[in-house]
Amino acid sequence: MTRAMNLAAFVARMPQARWFRFTAPATFYALAGRLLPWCWGAAALFGLAGLVLGLGLAPTDLQQGDAYRVIFIHVPAAWMSLVIYVVIAGWVGLSRVLKTRLSSMMATALAPTGALMTFIALWTGSLWGKPFWGTWWIWDAHLTAELVLLFHYLGLMLLQACSAGARRSDRAVAVLALVGVVNVSIVYFSVSSWNTLNPGSGIDFTRAPSMSGMMLGGTLLMAAAFWAWSIAVALHRVRSIILESELGNEWTAELPEARP
Amino acid sequence: MNWHSFAEFGEMGGYALYVWGSYAMTAAALAWEALMLVQRRRSASQELRDQVRLRAGHR
Repeated sequence: MTRAMNLAAFVARMPQARWFRFTAPATFYALAGRLLPWCWGAAALFGLAGLVLGLGLAPTDLQQGDAYRVIFIHVPAAWMSLVIYVVIAGWVGLSRVLKTRLSSMMATALAPTGALMTFIALWTGSLWGKPFWGTWWIWDAHLTAELVLLFHYLGLMLLQACSAGARRSDRAVAVLALVGVVNVSIVYFSVSSWNTLNPGSGIDFTRAPSMSGMMLGGTLLMAAAFWAWSIAVALHRVRSIILESELGNEWTAELPEARP
Repeated sequence: MNWHSFAEFGEMGGYALYVWGSYAMTAAALAWEALMLVQRRRSASQELRDQVRLRAGHR
């Protein structure tokens, strides 16, 4: 009984808890500004290392020749297209539960990047598929679900654009985000199973990797670069979103950006 | 190093269209996103400055 009351008291005090400060747009604006240079730097560093390893040093594949070098962008972009969607669903869920404005701002900031990653995954996948399966596109589970993912992103962006705090469209965003997670899991599980074009992920953490060390290293470095890029872009975009929505507030007038 | 010359690197073992087509489109897409970011940031800051000037004028 007392334990339950303690918990209730703790939850009631939560807004004063330390990490909760960062849900205030003003605090997060400053925090994001500090993190940004590190994220851009990491993206550049990992990207450069990944390109040197993947394009320059890694050996030619025995079966696929040099065409396999597309994976160094295809796989990281495809991963990000799925990860960003799940993260968006998480932010949307959080904004429904906690009613923090920052959560839905983060969801809005991430959607265009997710759409872009999906586009890159589709484009590079098509260019990779052509020389090996003789076709740019087929309507199999994996490719179709990834295309549907692109439409989910575009739908999210459309709803977010006309939402701007309207309660009904907020709920529409939440429904679309959660339904899309099912689609994400279809993309994920159809990489290796089902009757699809995709050659399987090649990276199987449960068995010995089938890729050479340099191919794996290049893929992981590029994945790190895409992660860092996505985080940097989202932080940069959410700062603009915060500025746009906090124009009338005192704290924005005191920013260096406000000086003529 | 896997390559013996720049020409060989460019040819990508006969798959230049597919490999460079992928990398070029990715580079273009990321550059476009960066451009959009900078533009949005600029217009948001400009709006903020206009707002501050407007309020200073009212005082």
